[in-house]
Amino acid sequence: MMYQVTDLHLSLPDMTRKPLVGAAPRIHILKGLTFDVPKGAVLGIVGGSGSGKSTLGRAMLRLLEPTSGQIVFDGTDVSHLIEDQLRPMRRRFQMIFQDPMSSLNPRRRVGGIIAGPLRLHGMETAGKVDDALEMVGLPRSFASRYPHELSGGQRQRVGIARAIALRPDFILADEIVSGLDVSSQAQVLNLLEDLVRELGLTLAFISHDLSVIRRLCSRIIVLDQGKIVEEAPTEALFEAPKASYTRALLQAIPLPDPYQVWD
Amino acid sequence: MRDARAEVRRPIGLRLWLSGGWLSLLALAAIFAPLIAPHDPLAQDLFLGRLPPFWEDGTEPGYVLGTDSLGRDVLSRILYGARLALIVALVAGTLTCLIGATLGLVAGYYRGWCDRIISRFVDIWMAFPPVLFAILLIAVLGPGLISIIIAIVVIDWTRFARVIRAEAMSQGAMDYVASAQVAGRTQFGTMLTEILPNVLPTIVALLTLEMGIAVIVEAILSFVNLSISTDSPTWGGMIAEGRTSVHQAWWVLVFPLITLFLTVLSFSQLGEGLKDRFDPVLR
Ligand SMILES: Nc1ncnc2c1ncn2[C@@H]1O[C@H](COP(=O)(O)OP(=O)(O)OP(=O)(O)O)[C@@H](O)[C@H]1O
Ligand SMILES: [Mg+2]
Repeated sequence: MMYQVTDLHLSLPDMTRKPLVGAAPRIHILKGLTFDVPKGAVLGIVGGSGSGKSTLGRAMLRLLEPTSGQIVFDGTDVSHLIEDQLRPMRRRFQMIFQDPMSSLNPRRRVGGIIAGPLRLHGMETAGKVDDALEMVGLPRSFASRYPHELSGGQRQRVGIARAIALRPDFILADEIVSGLDVSSQAQVLNLLEDLVRELGLTLAFISHDLSVIRRLCSRIIVLDQGKIVEEAPTEALFEAPKASYTRALLQAIPLPDPYQVWD
Repeated sequence: MRDARAEVRRPIGLRLWLSGGWLSLLALAAIFAPLIAPHDPLAQDLFLGRLPPFWEDGTEPGYVLGTDSLGRDVLSRILYGARLALIVALVAGTLTCLIGATLGLVAGYYRGWCDRIISRFVDIWMAFPPVLFAILLIAVLGPGLISIIIAIVVIDWTRFARVIRAEAMSQGAMDYVASAQVAGRTQFGTMLTEILPNVLPTIVALLTLEMGIAVIVEAILSFVNLSISTDSPTWGGMIAEGRTSVHQAWWVLVFPLITLFLTVLSFSQLGEGLKDRFDPVLR
């Protein structure tokens, strides 16, 4: 198993309601999640806005610490490791962010953005930056560009290149296509599909868009208000959704209907 | 797409050249003042008092910008005054920037108790009225170059701290910072290699502004006679002296005033110009 998550709870202090003295009240965001991510799987995480998808992702990458419960990554319990202990492992689980404008340092060139993490883990950078660019379908010359000199789709490819350059075992993709237009969405998804196959990656793909998830994922978990309301293989979920929340989500997918009557 | 963006690139900043040019000229003048000044800035000659600048009647060759009531050469005094003005600008500006920006960066990036301590400290500090504070300080320390520099640093570091803290805080919320953590960068490393380059344009803009302010503060303190001893010429001192005889000899007031104005303006424009020229995000 790549990830084993057991009874994961996470609450964050609500700074907006912090009293003058004393601790802020805590918002309970994740309420007892249990699921596994098998090696080589592509797991879809769906749910409405505010259901806790990003929070779950950030907990799995240990950008957040669970309040209780366990996160086991490839046999190692990472739930409460301190940053110094996590750092050597961090190469193995990577993340692609939703908004590439914010996740790429605007004052660094693409080459530096991709090479930075490699250097941190003591890997040589010379060929690897070029390789990574090539794998995501960008010309090598882009290494000397700044992020604002790229289109949205190209930026997102740089985000992907940065993650795969480290040759991680696991990648979390948090809403990575929601900021893109339909044709770049398709391109980025194709690319991701190819990379998963070529590199044997395990992927968790967060989205609120079930049609995107359907294409890519083998298993799906459905989140609603910090709880898993359904977990099923993709086909089963689309054919026979059990939870009423899942049915509601499925109905929200706009299906092309050639006989639709406008009235 | 790329090409279209390259075309909108602004023409190389005129203001960078103008402000940089003026300041370089002034720096050269300050360094080589003993060589290029036509006269001893302190030499008095009562027979040559209140000579007008060269284009008016009744001038004496060699006194290009005229003399003051004691017969001291205005040009030479301006050149020597540049030394003090620039030393104060550089030293006070840099120190203010170092102290304020460091505290602001740490408070804004690390947040938590670090931020609470620094921010409270800044708030309390700012409750003192600055000019009163400066005068009090110099009264205690005694007038002199060091006192002026200390006074400027002590008063103005809070400006840097506040602005840079806010900037570091908004940068800290960006995903590229989370991404650095995912990549395994230490917090301190992230502050230096990710946040700092992004607040640097603001730091440079503030620094040049601060240098301009330092020049003004020095002039104001000289004006109220709290600066360096009255022997060494300062622009503020010249303005103060020129004011008393403005009807008989306007040039004693006007030339140092223009120099002061151009210098302060150049410092603030230099910051903007550097930003236009060197910030990759704006290019
Ligand atoms: N730092 C925080 N402090 C307090 N509350 C937070 C914080 N981050 C998230 N939340 C709350 O936690 C809940 C889940 O947020 P999260 O970002 O995980 O949702 P999401 O499923 O990713 O939504 P979206 O699809 O809009 O991205 C939200 O109600 C949000 O308001
Ligand atoms: Mg989210």
